[in-house]
Amino acid sequence: MNQIDPTTESRCETEAVPLPPTEVLLEWLRDMMLIREFEVRSMQAYQNRLAGGFLHVYNGQEAVAVGTIAAVNPDDPVITAYRDHGHALARGMKPEVGMAELFGRIGGCAKGKGGSMHFFDAEHHMYGGHGIVGAQVPLGAGLAFATKYRDEVIDGGASSHVTLCFMGDGAINQGAVHEAMNLAAVLELPVIFIVENNLYAMGTAVERCTAAGSHLIERARGYGMNAACLEGMDVLDVYRGMKPLVDRCRETSRPCWVDMRCYRFKGHSMSDPRKYRTHEEEEQWEDRDPIERLAAWLVDRDLLTGEAFKRLGKEIRSEIRQAVKWAEASPPPGMEELYHDVYAERWGPYTGTSMPEFLQRRRNDQEASGA
Amino acid sequence: MREISFRDALREAMTDEMRRDERVFLIGEEVAEYDGAYKVSKGMLAQFGPKRVIDTPISESGFAGLGIGAAMMGLRPIVEFMSWSFSLVAADPILNNAPKMLYMSGGQFGCPIVFRGNDGAGGQLGSTHSWCVESLYANVPGLKIIIPSTPYSAKGLLTQAIQDDDPVFCLESERMLALTGDVPEESYTIPIGSADIVRPGSDCTIVSFGRPVHFCLEAAEALAKEGIDCEVIDGRSIKPLDIETFSASVRKTNYCVVVDQSWAFASVGSEVAAELHRLCFDDLDNHVHRVHSDEVPAPYAQNLEQEMLPNARKICEAVRSATYNA
Repeated sequence: MNQIDPTTESRCETEAVPLPPTEVLLEWLRDMMLIREFEVRSMQAYQNRLAGGFLHVYNGQEAVAVGTIAAVNPDDPVITAYRDHGHALARGMKPEVGMAELFGRIGGCAKGKGGSMHFFDAEHHMYGGHGIVGAQVPLGAGLAFATKYRDEVIDGGASSHVTLCFMGDGAINQGAVHEAMNLAAVLELPVIFIVENNLYAMGTAVERCTAAGSHLIERARGYGMNAACLEGMDVLDVYRGMKPLVDRCRETSRPCWVDMRCYRFKGHSMSDPRKYRTHEEEEQWEDRDPIERLAAWLVDRDLLTGEAFKRLGKEIRSEIRQAVKWAEASPPPGMEELYHDVYAERWGPYTGTSMPEFLQRRRNDQEASGA
Repeated sequence: MREISFRDALREAMTDEMRRDERVFLIGEEVAEYDGAYKVSKGMLAQFGPKRVIDTPISESGFAGLGIGAAMMGLRPIVEFMSWSFSLVAADPILNNAPKMLYMSGGQFGCPIVFRGNDGAGGQLGSTHSWCVESLYANVPGLKIIIPSTPYSAKGLLTQAIQDDDPVFCLESERMLALTGDVPEESYTIPIGSADIVRPGSDCTIVSFGRPVHFCLEAAEALAKEGIDCEVIDGRSIKPLDIETFSASVRKTNYCVVVDQSWAFASVGSEVAAELHRLCFDDLDNHVHRVHSDEVPAPYAQNLEQEMLPNARKICEAVRSATYNA
């Protein structure tokens, strides 16, 4: 059993933070169930070769995306690494759009050009989905820089946005992450760095690769940052832990840092036999399933019946089934998409041999037709 | 027309654009309180204040990434690298994020950012500080590369780069910052991807980029005395390449020498040569000759460094050889 336990760390005083009304709690339950079902079906699709590349699923960590995103405003930017489906869905991305991206279809959030690791959604202020471990963290500092710049320099007001910048525990030994933490502290950027500490950097346990790995918050404190360790398997704890941090970050425009203790129920990716951890350890964490936990909490308080919970599950299964159908019906991107979005100019400023054959043919056709 | 330095021309482009567009800001090492490590940003902090002219820690990967995040949100950052040699530690953000963001997001998030700084050797700085990054970076789709050789093109190209919606790498040269030339006071742009015929001639085309353009002009003067009339073309941009202007010239002269300060293997020079062989196969009376930096790390000793770089002597020899005058 991995010995790291959130109860050994200093915890935020979260009891005093009021919870939102029951309808909102039920939405959180729904959001977490939607993410879980999306991941179940994406694994199936991967096995059926409907989805290619790498697939990193979020099962077990749903409370983190849902609880943190619930604590910010809809126009606060969110950026994360490659285990990104949960954040995108929690942000409001339609599941069919995410599923179509996995399938490499034109209806996908990036028109099938990004894939599982690169979920972007401008409408919902979701800035990716980034595949290189830690690379999104300086970008996240840049998003916070930009909101502050826009609020203060362009709009002439006070900084009023907070950026959520997620990373895994495997990212915290990357130089780019430390550079971003230092910059955020020096430039006083309103960003919250959230380490989704699921105890393993791919297959390497935190204590095997990270100095003082059981006290990650000391790293943030070393940068003079407000830091907290939160229980990430309970969405209510996540929300109540995050809310004061978000409020303070918004008010002071200063970065903060969260060691969010959680567990991924599945492997790092679809090719992971999980030999680096025991079955017993997995079972112990599965007993803390964030969905079961919130459902039980609601049932205990007569805010949800077992019957309604079952009905919700059925509804969500049907919704994701529809999403899969929609994605399957979405056509693959047309060949012109290979050449769009390389540059802002639609067909790019290609010259000479850098001009793809497709574009040369198109140009010749246009010249022949006098267009 | 008034004469100003290359350094002042770069600054004018930045200050004009910062006055015109509030989204533009300058960030980098020593750009603010120090007035710029090479004084390119001199006075800009006083003019625009610390929210728009921002000093960073020595942390290229961090502040390059920060600029990209800001550009994703629609700001127009100018990120100064004191030297492009230092950009190598920021390779991931500048090569893996900036030029691919628009594509990977399916057109949702562009990256209108300018990275600029000193490129190239010549100051006895030793190998780590003497990078010519153009060939290394020109291989990557999604970015644009400009490489001005005069104060006039520095102002016009940098202004265009700041207004451009794609990531643009602006390669300057510490050795040219004090160079003066005619520059209009008003703002103007030079399209990225447009070359300039800086010396018309009829016997041999010499294509070059950045600082070596001046060595080409020096060589052309010497060769004129030998009766070889060279046409010197300043490419001004590397990505995209103005291959049409090069090939039109070669069709006229039938001979060509490409002068590129980066190493020869898989370089801007090899790309230009390959293109000219393809486009002007029937017009060329000899294969395209190339002058590059020798494939060694840049040495410190002045005599060795000068021998390593393209220079007028090497260019003259290449032209004589290409035109069968050797």
